[in-house]
Amino acid sequence: MEKKWEEMSAEERREARFETWLSAEGVEFQSPEAEATYKASITRFKDALLMEKVPDRVPILFVATFMQPDIYGVTPYECMYDTEKLISAHRKFLVDFKPDFYLPPIFGGKGKVFEILDYLQYKWPGHGVSKESVYQTLEGEYMLPEDYEALIEDPTNFWLRTYLPRICGALEPLKDIGAFTDIWELPFISTSMVPFGIPEVQNAFKALLEAGNEAMAWIEEIGPFEMEARGMGFPSCAAGASKAPFDILGDTLRGTRGIMTDMYRRPDMILKAVEKITPIYVKQGVNGANFAGNPIIFMPLHKGADGFMSDEQFKTFYWPSLKAVILGLAAEGCVPWLFCEGSFNTRLEYLTELPKGSCFWIFDRTDMAKAKELLGDTICIGGNVPSGLILTGTAEQVKEYCKNVIDVAGKGGGYIMALGTAMDQGKADTLHAMIDFTKEYGVYKK
Amino acid sequence: MAGKLVKLLSDLKEPEALAFVEEALGKGVDPTDLLGESQEAMKIVGQRFAEEKYFIPDLVFSGEILKRIVKMLEPHLKAKKGEEAKRLGKVIIGTVEGDIHDIGKDLVVFMLDVSGFEVTDLGIDVPVQKFVDTIKETGSTVVGLSGFLTLAFDSMKETVDAIQKAGLRDKVKIMVGGGQIDEQVRGYTGADAYGKDAMEAVALAKGWIGG
Repeated sequence: MEKKWEEMSAEERREARFETWLSAEGVEFQSPEAEATYKASITRFKDALLMEKVPDRVPILFVATFMQPDIYGVTPYECMYDTEKLISAHRKFLVDFKPDFYLPPIFGGKGKVFEILDYLQYKWPGHGVSKESVYQTLEGEYMLPEDYEALIEDPTNFWLRTYLPRICGALEPLKDIGAFTDIWELPFISTSMVPFGIPEVQNAFKALLEAGNEAMAWIEEIGPFEMEARGMGFPSCAAGASKAPFDILGDTLRGTRGIMTDMYRRPDMILKAVEKITPIYVKQGVNGANFAGNPIIFMPLHKGADGFMSDEQFKTFYWPSLKAVILGLAAEGCVPWLFCEGSFNTRLEYLTELPKGSCFWIFDRTDMAKAKELLGDTICIGGNVPSGLILTGTAEQVKEYCKNVIDVAGKGGGYIMALGTAMDQGKADTLHAMIDFTKEYGVYKK
Repeated sequence: MAGKLVKLLSDLKEPEALAFVEEALGKGVDPTDLLGESQEAMKIVGQRFAEEKYFIPDLVFSGEILKRIVKMLEPHLKAKKGEEAKRLGKVIIGTVEGDIHDIGKDLVVFMLDVSGFEVTDLGIDVPVQKFVDTIKETGSTVVGLSGFLTLAFDSMKETVDAIQKAGLRDKVKIMVGGGQIDEQVRGYTGADAYGKDAMEAVALAKGWIGG
């Protein structure tokens, strides 16, 4: 009899998620070869991840924002405003480059959605930056020091009535609605509805409806392409996303300067806040995995990198909650993909605390030899082809780089070939060199 | 008493440092001396950063404390206007065209400033021509190009090329840094050097200008 989810161990849950992913339910494969390629890619990744056997070859799994369209001359603006062009470029990329995995073209989102919401936390192509440029965050304190208490007390309420009104001009009136938990039982329902009668508040809801319509139209174009890509033999590389709780505070809410000064001025508030939001970001990841039928949860890491804080600060503010999210996701059978831009050399010892096969780390400027030495028996590592080399180097240089990193980090498996960063731009010859060379040189001899 | 502020500020003791300044001003201590001590402290902060005893948050926070101290000193300094501190040399810094990131650039500006350089901060998304014009206007001999995005590679190259075309290339040393910049990219841009952080920028400027 099949075991119930609640009775399964973390490993059994992970196995179940991998089985769902491999089963490719609803996918119409274009050929038996496409189906074989699809399954081989997942199996190769799984072998590299779990480190119980050596994969057939080094898997290739990378993330990019506008790289694939850029190779075909499609601008970031077109990606965000012309979904057909975006998809067409991604389709060409899959055919031409044959990567192991398909990367959903969702990173830029739909420009119109941001326009409707009057989104203020980023500039995007054609809105604050040129149409050829990429979206860029506007550093700022979207949560003020005095907001910590509200966040800690009730994160959802804070998000709805403080954060969203600040980051979206069109949602500014939501600051005037009451807490939803105030709505209880008949005598108080009508009074609780009064704020929803305010014309400005109603406009905010209209903006949400409009943004929702745009987002729905967008995903209705992306969705079928996702199934098409799977049918071509490319499994999707991630199911959803999560983040280190400290980065939610530092990137999303307080901004770099804000969070850095908070570490001195209000350390206790940071600790309380990360503790409060940690389970929320476990849930976000699990929900993504449940929805997509794929165990991989993408987690871009930022403010814990080398130099961005001391070891003492990392140990105090960053690591415990990040570790809790990783373990929380792993307990649900998910596979966190720690995407580690910058370098993590001084943090590698901490990673030895993680259970074998529980997650994988894609590095950017981290010393791959040191990472392999410390994590070689327990944690799958990947990377770290520099974007600078891809964009300004030659195919020969890239091959040389890949050969070296495979020799150093690929020994005995547990390694994934990847770009060090989420690339905004691309260059065909060097990217071909990375993929093709790995497919050839990265084969493990039996 | 002398040196106490140096220690408090360089150890990032914010409340203590601010209380000390307030008390000292009340006692009639020369604000120029307090400013001098603050500058001394910032040198120690920079030194500790270079030695990897301090990290970016320490730099940022030391800047925050310094800002507050200067604000307290300002009314007193105006009343007693001393001569401008001697500057080591002129440096232009900016985030190149198409890139609006400023955290790294601001740290470089800050550390150059507290290290005694006269810095012209051109801000973010700086057009190529603006760098050229500013070199002409200020006579700066060092230019720092900052960029976080890979898009900055080309903007940096274009900026270096424009400086060359304007006949200014042999009059300035150009350093690049930020995000994905490395030695490989430095070569592509045609800049003279790459610095991995704010203190490397200071070391490069000192190497070129002296001081």
